[in-house]
Amino acid sequence: MPRDGRSKLSRRAWITTTSGVIAAGLVKTQTDAIKLVAQEAPSDPTRVPGKLVSELGGRAPAEEPKRLVRAQALSSSSRTPLADLMGTITPADLHFERHHAGVPDIRLEDHELLVHGMVERPMVFRMSDLMRYPQVSRIQFLECSGNGGGVYNRDRMPTEVTVQALDGLLSTSEWTGVAVSTILREVGVRRGASWILAEGSDAAVMSRSVPLDKVMEDSMLAYGQNGERIRPEQGYPLRLFNPGYEGNTSVKWLRRIEVTDQPTHTRDETSKYTDPLGDGTVRQFSLAMDAKSVITFPSYPYALPETGWWEIRGLAWSGRGRITRVEVSTDGGGTWVDAALQGPIMEKSTVRFRHLFDWNGRDTVILSRATDETGYVQPTVEQLWDARGTRTSYHQNHQRAWKIARTGEVTFGLGELV
Amino acid sequence: MSRVVWGACLLVASTAFVACADSGQTAAVARLASGEVAVSGTPEGIPAHAPARFEFGTEASATRVAMWDIDVRPDGEGLPPGSGSVAQGREVYNVYCVACHGPTGMEGPNDRLVDSEQWDDVPSTRTVGNYWPHATTLYDYIRKAMPQLTPGILSDDQVYAVIAYILWMNEIVPEDTVLDAETLPAVVMPARDKFVVDDRVGGTGPVR
Repeated sequence: MPRDGRSKLSRRAWITTTSGVIAAGLVKTQTDAIKLVAQEAPSDPTRVPGKLVSELGGRAPAEEPKRLVRAQALSSSSRTPLADLMGTITPADLHFERHHAGVPDIRLEDHELLVHGMVERPMVFRMSDLMRYPQVSRIQFLECSGNGGGVYNRDRMPTEVTVQALDGLLSTSEWTGVAVSTILREVGVRRGASWILAEGSDAAVMSRSVPLDKVMEDSMLAYGQNGERIRPEQGYPLRLFNPGYEGNTSVKWLRRIEVTDQPTHTRDETSKYTDPLGDGTVRQFSLAMDAKSVITFPSYPYALPETGWWEIRGLAWSGRGRITRVEVSTDGGGTWVDAALQGPIMEKSTVRFRHLFDWNGRDTVILSRATDETGYVQPTVEQLWDARGTRTSYHQNHQRAWKIARTGEVTFGLGELV
Repeated sequence: MSRVVWGACLLVASTAFVACADSGQTAAVARLASGEVAVSGTPEGIPAHAPARFEFGTEASATRVAMWDIDVRPDGEGLPPGSGSVAQGREVYNVYCVACHGPTGMEGPNDRLVDSEQWDDVPSTRTVGNYWPHATTLYDYIRKAMPQLTPGILSDDQVYAVIAYILWMNEIVPEDTVLDAETLPAVVMPARDKFVVDDRVGGTGPVR
């Protein structure tokens, strides 16, 4: 804006406010004056001094991204506002939650991790001990395997559903901690060991069995998240983090690892997080998260205000490695084009994809499909129905679709295609 | 925990996994079961000049391990001494469980526990009676996590008893049942053989 575009009214208001405050005797120093003046958003920010430095930052007042909380219950979840976010990193206070008995209140200095079982030296580690071991950091996603369960049933395919409600049990963080392999090297794993049991210190004592070769490969005892101590909702002060595995296995508030020669068959790996396949069998230990993508823009309840150029944006990820390709269709799956992938592309991490789209104002359905480095292509929902039946409730990684109506209104569009 | 006990676990595990392999288990899991796991090499983040052990942390005493090692496995490993009957379990249930799971274990408001009707293709409910593959999981879970608002309040005997009652409501055990560390792992759950290990492998093969 040119200099002469400054608002005279704003300047007058500033003088009036300042004079009033000074007259009232509330201002003793220049700092007091700046604080008081800065309380009201000026229409011309070049005419008033700004706020001073602060110990703790905050979002711009108009920016209010929030997790979606459906039910206030001890065993419940909240979802990340994927449509509000840019890039791939999830701000820690917007990371999705899934707790089975609430968030425990744990003091850093009291927390201990016991590692025992088929080991040479059972050991107890305090947080200060763990912090001293060689440290690793990786940017990787965490997704609940129940994510997307709301769009699997042909008879109940929603239209008015946000990407947050649909797929918001997905977040990406820079996780920092000590490799599980480092700690297992310290305690000495005995021959014949093949699994671990990881146990949390929440009121559900949530526990899961994880194959030993997985945790030796890339699992982490995480105490950091996006540069700070891990948040209480994500497991403060210590969680297991199994890259690419269903979120439930990344046990939070971790207090115990037992090295074993068999899975323990805990409640959350038998009665929950298992997949009836429709043929009389139930798939168990379905741990890896297969490749998936979601378009985050445009998505419900957004409405394109006009025709012309719009950038379709979304996220793609795979629990089996790197994303190698994301394709986008703007004609209901008739034709596909490669989307641009924003680097760096990291393994078991989310990738931002983009596709420039010239919307001509006609009804259409847009989709995305991801391919990972194993060659796996994100399937259609029909392919999942054929493979698993229609009654599973986890791992629904099929292609998502959004319908753009002539009015520009966007709704979930898979029902248009099946 | 002694090496002798672990040896016994290994035997049991090997048998179990041979059975699983017969039902189409992946080679990877079979390899896991055989114990051929690479635990050597330089773990991520450890430089070549690092010591063999850092010795940060303290050795855990047997007492400490015993105090925290509260999980229970399908072979019964981890079950405590004690016992409980269906009749005793009815009393426990009606004090601690009925508010969340209903008078007959079917009414909720929390998870339905009882459905003795079995299924061929897909379960319409996922209850103890028609879905849970191992009775020992009840012990592992109830002792740790139930009742929801006062977890850990039940005695070992009370846990045995309430499991006996829940299994009786599901028509899995008779009314005169007394459960203990010997009899609980011997209970064969109706859905046990329905569970198969994940066969998804990524790649370009058929969607699974």
